[in-house]
Amino acid sequence: MADLKVTVAGVEFQNPLIAASGTFGFGHEYLEFFPLSTLGGISCKGITLKERAGNPPPRIAETPGGMLNAVGLQNPGVDTFMEKDLPWLSQQGTRIIANIAGNTPAEYCEMAERLSDTAVDMIELNISCPNVKQGGVHFGTSCAGVEDITAQVRRFCKKPLMVKLSPNVADIGDIAAAAESAGADAISLINTLTGMRIDIKTRRPILHNNTGGLSGPAVFPVAVRMVWQAAARVNIPVVGMGGISTWQDAVEMLLAGATALQIGTVFFSDPKAPLHILKGLNEYMQQNGISSVTELTGGIMPW
Amino acid sequence: MKYDTMQCEIIYRKQPAPGIHDWIVDAEDFAHAAKPGQFVHVLVPGKTLRRPISICDIDAENGTLRLVFQERGEGTAMLGQKRLGDFVDLLAPLGNGFELGDTSRRALFVGGGIGVPPLLAAARPFGQNATVILGFRNQESVILARDFALAGCRVFIATDDGSMGFHGTVADCARQYAAETDVLFACGPKPMLKALGALAEEQNIPAQFSLEERMACGVGACLGCACKILRDGKEVYGHVCKDGPVFDSRSIVWEE
Repeated sequence: MADLKVTVAGVEFQNPLIAASGTFGFGHEYLEFFPLSTLGGISCKGITLKERAGNPPPRIAETPGGMLNAVGLQNPGVDTFMEKDLPWLSQQGTRIIANIAGNTPAEYCEMAERLSDTAVDMIELNISCPNVKQGGVHFGTSCAGVEDITAQVRRFCKKPLMVKLSPNVADIGDIAAAAESAGADAISLINTLTGMRIDIKTRRPILHNNTGGLSGPAVFPVAVRMVWQAAARVNIPVVGMGGISTWQDAVEMLLAGATALQIGTVFFSDPKAPLHILKGLNEYMQQNGISSVTELTGGIMPW
Repeated sequence: MKYDTMQCEIIYRKQPAPGIHDWIVDAEDFAHAAKPGQFVHVLVPGKTLRRPISICDIDAENGTLRLVFQERGEGTAMLGQKRLGDFVDLLAPLGNGFELGDTSRRALFVGGGIGVPPLLAAARPFGQNATVILGFRNQESVILARDFALAGCRVFIATDDGSMGFHGTVADCARQYAAETDVLFACGPKPMLKALGALAEEQNIPAQFSLEERMACGVGACLGCACKILRDGKEVYGHVCKDGPVFDSRSIVWEE
């Protein structure tokens, strides 16, 4: 068995596979398929200070090679997360990442402060959700915005802080550098690309929110490119995500510069995807004489 | 096992009406675990999302499930190309089924179009206590009527164009039988269910409706398949896959 352990911002993960926020709830539903300790970690469903109802349906639309979602951060709020979900999650033998989203900087800071005294291993700053009216991606699409929110939260956050970046930007390298300079311990990318589908019979957008976030294999090449560009600009670890579905995708994303990986949309077609990806990754490493998965990170040989 | 994925062989298939597929799949574990009203989530190779299909009938003895579905788009058309002996990857059994309760009660089953299939397994235990009203666009689209009759149910057909049976909506047809109904089960288009919900309310008949919504994970994790429901007197977005697909009609908040 090859060594799959990775370390991100001082937190050791038993393997590089992390369930991506929003696709995995708080983990309960996937226990039917594998023990949660199969995963290196879980990035929990994005939580807000107060409970959020989410967007009206339809929230889902399939696209060629992917899907759009506009769930709109439906979640029970940080209190319920801390009281009900976290005590159970922290007993599952996997790293827990709290993904937080706020309407205002003050809300991000309050959540980061409160979660700093809990069992969560890391905080993921969600400044890239395209599906909410306030906050969300508005903090994440300019260097000044990213720097400002990251610096503010940094003052209240005693846990390792990972900033989740939006791909809906002009230069991902600049954004990554802004997060690093403001004190991020790691960055994760990409969140979904904003997209849209229209029903040609009714002339209505399929999503009630009109637009939604594109994910799945269709975004994978965009994600690989952005992880590569971001990793080239920062010295902090990069957690790569965006359409990873197979062990080959996982290897590719590591080579592009990712230290760890998040997988999400693949759960919808293959709920046992982590088992399949880890098996393939392990075999690939053994066949190629790679003893530690960390050797793959940034192993790309660009032209 | 609550639910799992399994490769299941198609051991019978036919096309009972244009664009409608009728399969029996070999799925022993699922057939033992499944309840009427639950659904399976079918992998379409190459597609990002599975397709939710209601369980039409359950044969625990022979370890099979019957699935009747309509071609609605590319994914279901691809499933329609499957041949006898092909395998399909099912995630099942999912959702909460119908709460059948006392099957000696007089039950009214109302199905519209592709909403008809999930009612068969639910009506079967009621046998001759079940009155079944099945609505279709026209005579050519009628499916499963004989199966309900073979289960001992009293069956009525309604068609939009009057080409067979009652000329009109199933909700209008159902009204005629409301006085002799103790419990109502229905599945079909939203306007039909909304009309039946009003009828159930007016006649004080307990009713359970099976809903559908665009769905991703199927197990309650992604929160994609939202539907507005009343929970503890409060309007919230529940989820068809985990809270449903069957809901008490009084808990459904009708919109538009």
